[in-house]
Amino acid sequence: MPDGTIVRPYGDTTGDGMVQTSFTLPVPAGPRAEGAALQLATKMGIQPAMVVHSHAIDSGYTFFVVYGSVQHLVDLDAVVVEERAYPLLSSSEINGAIRSRLNRKLVVLGACIGTDAHTVGIDAILNVKGFAGEKGLEYLREMAVTNLGAQVTVPELVARARTARADAVLVSQVVTQKDAHLRNTRELAAAFREAMGESRPLLVVGGPRFDPAMAADLGVDKVFGRGTTPGEVASYLIHALVKEPA
Amino acid sequence: MSTLTLDQSLMARARELAALAAQPVIDLAHRHTTVSVERAVLRLAGLTGTDPVTGEGRTEDRVPWANRVVDAVRDQVGLESGVALPVWHALASGRSLQQLAEEVGAGTARFEIPSGTAADRARQAARAAAATGIARIDANRRRREELVATHGDPPRRPWIYLIVATGDIHEDIPQAQAAARAGADVIAVIRSTGQSLLDYVPEGATRTGYAGTYATQENFRLMRAALDDVSAELGRYVRLTNYASGLCMPEIAVLAGLERLDMMLNDAMYGILFRDINPRRTFVDQRFSRMVHARAGIIINTGEDNYLTTADAVDEAHTVTVSQLLNETLAKEAGLEDWQLGLGHAFEIDPDVPESFRLELAHALLARTLFPDAPLKWMPPTKHMTGDVFRGYLLDGFFNLAGALTGQGILLVGMMTEAVVTPWLSDRDLALRNVRYVLDAAGNLAEDFAPPPGGFIARRADTVLREAVDLLGRIAEHPDGLIQAIADGTFGITKRPADGGKGLDGVVATGPDAYNPALELLAEKEVSHA
Repeated sequence: MPDGTIVRPYGDTTGDGMVQTSFTLPVPAGPRAEGAALQLATKMGIQPAMVVHSHAIDSGYTFFVVYGSVQHLVDLDAVVVEERAYPLLSSSEINGAIRSRLNRKLVVLGACIGTDAHTVGIDAILNVKGFAGEKGLEYLREMAVTNLGAQVTVPELVARARTARADAVLVSQVVTQKDAHLRNTRELAAAFREAMGESRPLLVVGGPRFDPAMAADLGVDKVFGRGTTPGEVASYLIHALVKEPA
Repeated sequence: MSTLTLDQSLMARARELAALAAQPVIDLAHRHTTVSVERAVLRLAGLTGTDPVTGEGRTEDRVPWANRVVDAVRDQVGLESGVALPVWHALASGRSLQQLAEEVGAGTARFEIPSGTAADRARQAARAAAATGIARIDANRRRREELVATHGDPPRRPWIYLIVATGDIHEDIPQAQAAARAGADVIAVIRSTGQSLLDYVPEGATRTGYAGTYATQENFRLMRAALDDVSAELGRYVRLTNYASGLCMPEIAVLAGLERLDMMLNDAMYGILFRDINPRRTFVDQRFSRMVHARAGIIINTGEDNYLTTADAVDEAHTVTVSQLLNETLAKEAGLEDWQLGLGHAFEIDPDVPESFRLELAHALLARTLFPDAPLKWMPPTKHMTGDVFRGYLLDGFFNLAGALTGQGILLVGMMTEAVVTPWLSDRDLALRNVRYVLDAAGNLAEDFAPPPGGFIARRADTVLREAVDLLGRIAEHPDGLIQAIADGTFGITKRPADGGKGLDGVVATGPDAYNPALELLAEKEVSHA
């Protein structure tokens, strides 16, 4: 182990800088392709680089495996670690947190409100099938999840949330014509505030055109944007609703 | 081929219980129709196109004429008699189905349920119209048989199954052709995220799918034509697969038959458990869709691999067996034959579990022994692919070996970049090299591989079969069989009540005068088989 804050990749000797990488170039296999791979490796800072393997894929592509010493240095003092406001939890951590700290199921309601019939977002987050290889919230045994589907009116959603004693209400909005998603979300927040005041459930909205920084402006607790996975939503719910013991 | 010696009476008991559990579902399917079944009738009769005033500009969002006509019939006279009687009664004055659809669009179409000789005439006309679609499906089946005879089948089993999914049919085509040249025997085009929950089938050649390409009749046609070209080039018939499961199973099954697809993902319960589609809707739809697949000579692939992605692959191994038996029972009732049952299962045991590979072999051989004449669909590891691509490549090698050793019929090629990226060109190439190495090196090892009776593998298979029989017993005991068992959460994961989920409002109890010409034509075929 080197001391100091400057390090290089480690192959078998401190400071050797060795890395291996693989990539494909849209060039037919042959000496020209190997030269092209070496040029790329050199530009990546790998010098000297060795193309240790190449083979043709289909007729116009070549795959390479490259080994070599990378010239770049890593300054550990300059490493910045981005802290997420809440940790990403596994399914078993989520179930465990609810079981041990809440002593009942966490009640989650989901819906698409207004005229929006695009349930793809709420389904991806809630359905067992899930999204991006992650199972949806229904899969979590300690969550009682109800997906109300599309075109639910705001008063209906408030009534259902009250009856079910929902801990969290998740709403997805895809249609953005004339800023319908923003208008609907403000209407949602106002209706819950009026009906339930401080005891309202956690309000979470999501959709591809939302800006996650807009939560306060819209009157909801959290806004999720494009590419959000079920695990991120579930982890946030635990962070917001299932407090760590003090 | 290696098989296990299993308790014969236990296997017979498992099938009896599966039949008992499924019977209420079959009865339900006989007493109901759905909006998608009725739309499928119109599609068989040749109705295509979308209402141009719908969809807010996106062609994929436009409502098909089949939906508009079925909805109009339903609004005016209900669907209890089916769509055929009122529609072909309305056509008696001589206009075409397409013209009638446009009248529906204009709001001028009027429907009524005919009686007496008018009803007889409507039934005859509807039957003749649906028969044109069935004739095209029959012709496609014969054409496939001819092409297989001309070009030949893959030289060995398992068939190598590879997925393409760019969202753009015109990108999918060269990728599919490249995959076929690299050794793929079956090409699957993954659908756009969430298409299974659309209550209509989009139309046209589409370029805008998300994480997959829309299943449309035109996309089916374009891809099949491209694979016909590459089949001729390679001297090997390359099969095409798409996905029927979802809210439009009956219609997508019809489109698959009309465009000569060769395999379809079609699971009797997947939509219920994983997509929260209403159980009644699913069971009615799956029966009709499977009758169409049976007629089209399409091999179905069931979705048992999904159970193991949500539950522990050792503890819940028996749920796979139970689902395979239920899928078999329901498929056979719908007219499918053993060679058409690509029953699913998967290599999903945690590799950190001791003896995990022997357990995988036991589960795979159990399926092989229980369904000796079915081309089992063997699915690669996904749950324990962590992003460590090197370990993933090794795991895929063991998956391929298990497939070869246990005589699997269809092998879905595993990607070492599972859970990292959608497969790159090089990922597919490396994955196919992995498969080729294993099949060339050990493809015939099954000949020498006979797990001894009473050994670890045989004992494990016996245990899983006993657990499966126990669970089937519990399902069969429910007065409403399978539907109530699903409502009670018997399959783990989640509870799906019979009156919950998407698409229930599309289910209609049929009346005494109900007439579905497609069901009549498809049932006649079944009789002639018997």
